This record gives sequence, structure tokens and C-alpha cells, in this order.
Amino acid sequence: MSEFLWTLLLLFWEFFKTGLFAVGGGLATIPFLYDIAARYDWFTDSQLANMLAISESTPGPIGVNAATFAGFHAAGILGGIVATLALILPSFVIIVIVSKAYQRFRCSLLVNSAFETVRPAAVGLIGAASMNLIEAAIFPGAAVTAFSDVLSQISWIALALVVICAILAYKIKKHPIWYIGAGAVVGLVLGYTGLL
Amino acid sequence: MLPMMQRELIDKKKWVTKDELLDYFAVSQCTPGIISVNTATFVGSKVGGFWGSAFATFGVITPSLIIILGIAAFLWRFMDIEAVRYAFNGIRIAVAGLVIAAVAGLIKQSVKGWLGISIALIVFICSLVFDLSPILFVLAAALVGIAIFLAKRKAGPKDV
Repeated sequence: MSEFLWTLLLLFWEFFKTGLFAVGGGLATIPFLYDIAARYDWFTDSQLANMLAISESTPGPIGVNAATFAGFHAAGILGGIVATLALILPSFVIIVIVSKAYQRFRCSLLVNSAFETVRPAAVGLIGAASMNLIEAAIFPGAAVTAFSDVLSQISWIALALVVICAILAYKIKKHPIWYIGAGAVVGLVLGYTGLL
Repeated sequence: MLPMMQRELIDKKKWVTKDELLDYFAVSQCTPGIISVNTATFVGSKVGGFWGSAFATFGVITPSLIIILGIAAFLWRFMDIEAVRYAFNGIRIAVAGLVIAAVAGLIKQSVKGWLGISIALIVFICSLVFDLSPILFVLAAALVGIAIFLAKRKAGPKDV
């Protein structure tokens, strides 16, 4: 029991930090989730890729969905609730304070100036975290441990499909569920034909 | 989520004006956290003070909680099934593609000028190479932004 409580406390602490420092939209939590995956044994990188897939295809902000999912993975239903509440707590406190004087906050050049540089940094972080997602997609088999495994284990079909999907999703802005549904069908076909 | 908020909050409930909602949205992008949750907190605060914001925030996360906990509780029992594993192999491909597309959109939207490009590139490479907390990068970038602000103010007070 005490170990369970300790897990809940750690979950709260990790997701509180995520909520405080994840800036720049729904994907901003992804680098933090990979950071958490590396430091705790709550979920693996490939489980995280599956969680993000489900978080993208269900309603609600992806950041919230992913936190709920990750928390559930670490400590069941209570873990899901704790992680979600911890994620939104910092911004809740900040907004409650800012909402009293948001006109002044909006014009604060200092805040604007800080965000001019924080936003590109967030993009860099998300870009780096997305490498993990690409890795999970193009190495469907076992995890790659040595660099020499890369060429022998890479799925070229998967790599080509990732590129095609990225271009389609960038050009045609349909809801993610369409791409994910198509991905599931393609995965089934390739799986049963032995191509992936 | 913004179009839905416009329809429900401005047109139907008349809780906020369009300008207010856009203001909230803009400030929500310059505060930590998830933008749509922040906007909900804002609207709640305007309509019902502290408790308004508490209920609005809780409201906006409740569907996520219920849906995701429901899926999470059942899904992992099916992960051993061959068909489910195959489907997820394909789904992970789609998600990788979607995230790359989203990152491309973010680059277009938020990475501007040589300063923005170099910050994004440096953070991208450093976070791939070194095992550092994302928090460090966010704080370092904020410090750079503040330093630039202070340097500009010192150089010419009239520009600020």
C-alpha cells in the first residue's frame, strides 16, 4: 500500500512538472512523456507509441488523454486520475491568477519575449521526441539495441508509409482518426501477408 | 476545439464575446499547459469566478478521463491477439506520419527568423544527443528570450 501511495506521489510530481513546462499545444507533452518513460518503469517506449495512437484518435486534447493513459499504466484508475489532475493543476492556478488581469499580462513584453524563444525550443523538443515515434513505427519487431541492427531490422515499407502519411496529413488536413483507421487496415493487410 | 467553443460559448450561451474568447485563446498560448483546457479555465473564471473555472476545467477533462480509462482498462487484454498487434503496427505508422506533419506545421507557425531556427535546431540536436530533461531546454530558452528583452530595452528604451 505504501508503495502504491509512493507511485501516486511520483506520478503527481512528474505530471505536475509536465503541466508546468509543456508549452506550445497538444504535442508539447510528448517529450515529457518519453522522458518519464526513460526514468521510470511505468511504461515502455513502444507502449507509449500505442498510447499516443489512441490519444490521437479519441476525442479530447491529446495531452490530457496521454496523461490519463500513462497514469493508468503506472497505477490503475487512480493513477490515471492523479496524473490528469496533476497535469492541469499548474496551468489552472496560473490562469485563475492571470484571468483577473489578463489585459496587462497580454501586453507584457517580457512574457512575449520569453515565449518568442520558448516556442521554437518546444518545436525542437517535439521534433526530437517524434524520432521515438518514427523508430517505433519502422522497427515493428524487437527493439534495436545495436547500430548494426538498424539496416537489417528496418522495415522499408513502414518507412515509405510514414513518409506518405506525413505528406498526406500535411497537405490534406483531415481528422487524425482517418489516418489512424487507414493505418489499422494497412497494418492488418501487411501483417497477414507477412510484409510487416 | 476553438470552432466548437465559439459556437457553444458565444452564440448559444452568450457567456463571452468573440473578442474575449480570442484574447483568452491568445493568452492560453503564452501560459503553460494545454491550450483548450486553459481557455476553458478562462471562460469559467469570467462566468463564475473561482468555482466557475474549477467546474469548467473539470468539465473539459472529464470526457478524456472516462473514455481513456475505459479504453485503457480493456485494451491491454487484447494486445496479445495477433490481429490487434498487426493493426497497431499500422496505427503506429499513421501516428508517426501525423506527428511529423504536425511538427512541420509547428515549424511554419512558431519557428521564425535566424534566432528561432537556430534555437529549434540546437534544442532538437541536443535533446537527441544528451539525456537531459525537457525542462532544462524550456528554461534555457526562456532565459535567452528574457536576456534579449533586457538587452533591447537597454539599447533603446523607446522601442520597447
